Amino acid sequence: MKYMMFVCSDTEPDTDRAPAPDIEKWVADNDAAGRRLRGAALAPDSTATTVRVRNGKVLITDGPFTETKEIIVGFDLLDCVDLDEAIEVARTHPMARAGRIEIRPFADFEQ
Amino acid sequence: MTDPTEAAAAAAAAYPRIVATLIRVTGDWSLAEDCAQDALATALARWPEQGVPVNPGGWLLTVARNRALDVLRRSAVERRKLRELAILALTAATDSPQTEEVADDRLRLVFTCCHPALAMEARVALTLHTICAVPTADIARAFLVSESTMTRRLTRAKTKIATAGVPYRVPTGPALTERLPGVLAVLYLLFTQGYNADGEPSFAEESIRLARLLTMLMPEQPEPAALLALLLLQHSRRHTRRDVEGELVPLDRQDRSRWDRAAIDEALLIISGLDHDGPYLWQARIAACHATAASTTGTDWSRIAYCYDELFALMPSPVIALNRAVAYGYADQPATGLALLAHVRATGALKDYPLAIAAEADLSARAGDRSRAATLFREAAARTHSAAERRALLDRANEIQEESDVPQ
Repeated sequence: MKYMMFVCSDTEPDTDRAPAPDIEKWVADNDAAGRRLRGAALAPDSTATTVRVRNGKVLITDGPFTETKEIIVGFDLLDCVDLDEAIEVARTHPMARAGRIEIRPFADFEQ
Repeated sequence: MTDPTEAAAAAAAAYPRIVATLIRVTGDWSLAEDCAQDALATALARWPEQGVPVNPGGWLLTVARNRALDVLRRSAVERRKLRELAILALTAATDSPQTEEVADDRLRLVFTCCHPALAMEARVALTLHTICAVPTADIARAFLVSESTMTRRLTRAKTKIATAGVPYRVPTGPALTERLPGVLAVLYLLFTQGYNADGEPSFAEESIRLARLLTMLMPEQPEPAALLALLLLQHSRRHTRRDVEGELVPLDRQDRSRWDRAAIDEALLIISGLDHDGPYLWQARIAACHATAASTTGTDWSRIAYCYDELFALMPSPVIALNRAVAYGYADQPATGLALLAHVRATGALKDYPLAIAAEADLSARAGDRSRAATLFREAAARTHSAAERRALLDRANEIQEESDVPQ
């Protein structure tokens, strides 16, 4: 199953002093196992541009479309057998502690 | 002719396995449930007349399987052929449904219904609905929502299971150690949901049945057995928790001769075979101290206080700290309990928690401060959401008031 993993910041990061997992190793391991198809970190939300079309008019605004403190800082596209495997991939990502991670399955219009 | 109750019990006992197996084979929760429900209805119509078959599970599975095949043959879905094949393969297994594979199906279903990716209330509702075959209307009533709301909640949970890829599998290794407490928590919540102060139709027996199932299917895990013992002990008091008017009767005033001795004995036997450091075992040991005592004053409070020390070390929650304070209030002096309670409340936890106020009231009464006790019982009564609890607390307040009005 395909999952989008949204890597987000969080106002209450983990306070555990244990060393953070190594992101390079996380990428290498999951790429090698075929669980991560691709992914990237994103530039800060101050660089975001929001685009809307209303009644044929394009509305372009500066900044992200929601005013929240938890913002998406990156993404990874996963291919996992089930949610448990995707959760396992997410929990070992350093941002699971420094921030939070949302896992969403791709919509399946075949069903 | 067979006793209809006996027929119903046999059908209910076999039901979860049927749903579980059909879910595994078809991968379709709704189809599995519909067909299992149909088979159950057929059984309840026929068995009282024709007698319970020698192998009730096999009979139900055959009927449910045929129904599933009927439905799939009429549907135009492309994948139906594959599923038909899978169901036909099931035919061979139908005659001997006690295989390990089928037993595992029920366990898989429990772990799927109790998956942490589902909301807690959805887990409890789904477990009741899918594994215990409790009608949606009954679950809705217990959760104080309308039937349509509960139907939506169940549908949403089943959709999430299918769409998000919640696995139909019992986790292994460290994942099992992580997931099992969550499953046991659902069972415990299910028990308390059926056992709340306002006495909704009881799910207590369903949760005991599930705890038994888990104990049987996971013999290498000690905590399901400990939970089973705890539930049996709490359930052993079911006939004495209320008086004839339906009012709550506190533990110290219950008629102990009416406690269910068979349930207590079974629990004690289970506990005697366990020796691990787990939260349900400590709770079961505490419940066993109460169950085996002749009276409140004859209760081994030192042992209870010790068990709370151990439980608190495992799970340092404010509610456990509260119970620990009460235990020390009996094991030692009421003042000891009051001091421990004040210590917990100083952290800001338990603020406005009616049971904490009631505990302080009880300890104050025993320490001789009756006017404070009466005031606190009234305050606790004002804060509880349960009508039965409110009446019981006000009764205590009035009693203490009357006692203190009597000249010494």
